[in-house]
Amino acid sequence: MIQSFFFYFAGATIISSILTVGLRSPVYCTLALLSTLLHVAGLFILLHAEFVAAIQIIVYAGAVLVLYLFVLMLLNLKTTETFLKQTWIALFFGVVIFVEILIGLFKSSIMTTNPLEATEAVTAAPIGNTETIGLSLFTEYLLPFEVVGIILLGAAVGAMVLAKKIPAG
Amino acid sequence: MIPVSYYVVVSTMMFVIGLLGILIRRNFLIILFAIELMLNAANINLVAFSHYSNAIDGQIVSLFVIAIAAAEAAIGLAIIIVLFRSQRTTNVDELNLLKW
Repeated sequence: MIQSFFFYFAGATIISSILTVGLRSPVYCTLALLSTLLHVAGLFILLHAEFVAAIQIIVYAGAVLVLYLFVLMLLNLKTTETFLKQTWIALFFGVVIFVEILIGLFKSSIMTTNPLEATEAVTAAPIGNTETIGLSLFTEYLLPFEVVGIILLGAAVGAMVLAKKIPAG
Repeated sequence: MIPVSYYVVVSTMMFVIGLLGILIRRNFLIILFAIELMLNAANINLVAFSHYSNAIDGQIVSLFVIAIAAAEAAIGLAIIIVLFRSQRTTNVDELNLLKW
């Protein structure tokens, strides 16, 4: 049961990410990216990371994707984009990099000497996933949390300053 | 139960697809999409290893990654708007203003 769900989510993730970079029209690309993000959220739920899955849907599919679509419709791009000439070389080296990363990963110590087994301790903790994350986020990871807040503020202010229309003259 | 290597393979495939997207596409917006794909591939790895090694830290780091991706999207879209306003294009081949 879990296996069939995993293969559905993994396959749909891969196929829609291929569509994201392969389709011509930018609007279709955005919709394929939306499908990718939703299926990745499904993978997160299979990994018992419910809070991250919810944040993935709310922040990515809800906020970031809408921002992208908004800009896409403002720009009114032409859809007659062609790929670069080095597509086949890029595909070849993509396969090479894929095999190389996999060889590196499966030769590494974490995958060979210590075969990881799924445990239910974090997931079936009596206080639940969200509360565990909250407890850790506001005690152990408080400083990174605040730094991320400052980064987001800087990004928001920077985006507004960048996109502001400079008055003529 | 699904072994962790399955998740690693899925995330590696997604990362390579994102990398190829950056290499072969000309539209600035699609390149940003490909960067989002690569960040999501990293997130899958973080959450998978967090689950299988029974520690919550990976999920917290993945939340930080999502926040940074949102900031990156905001800045990238602002840059696209500025570029489109001055150059009337988002094709990265035609954007050679800083080329020496």
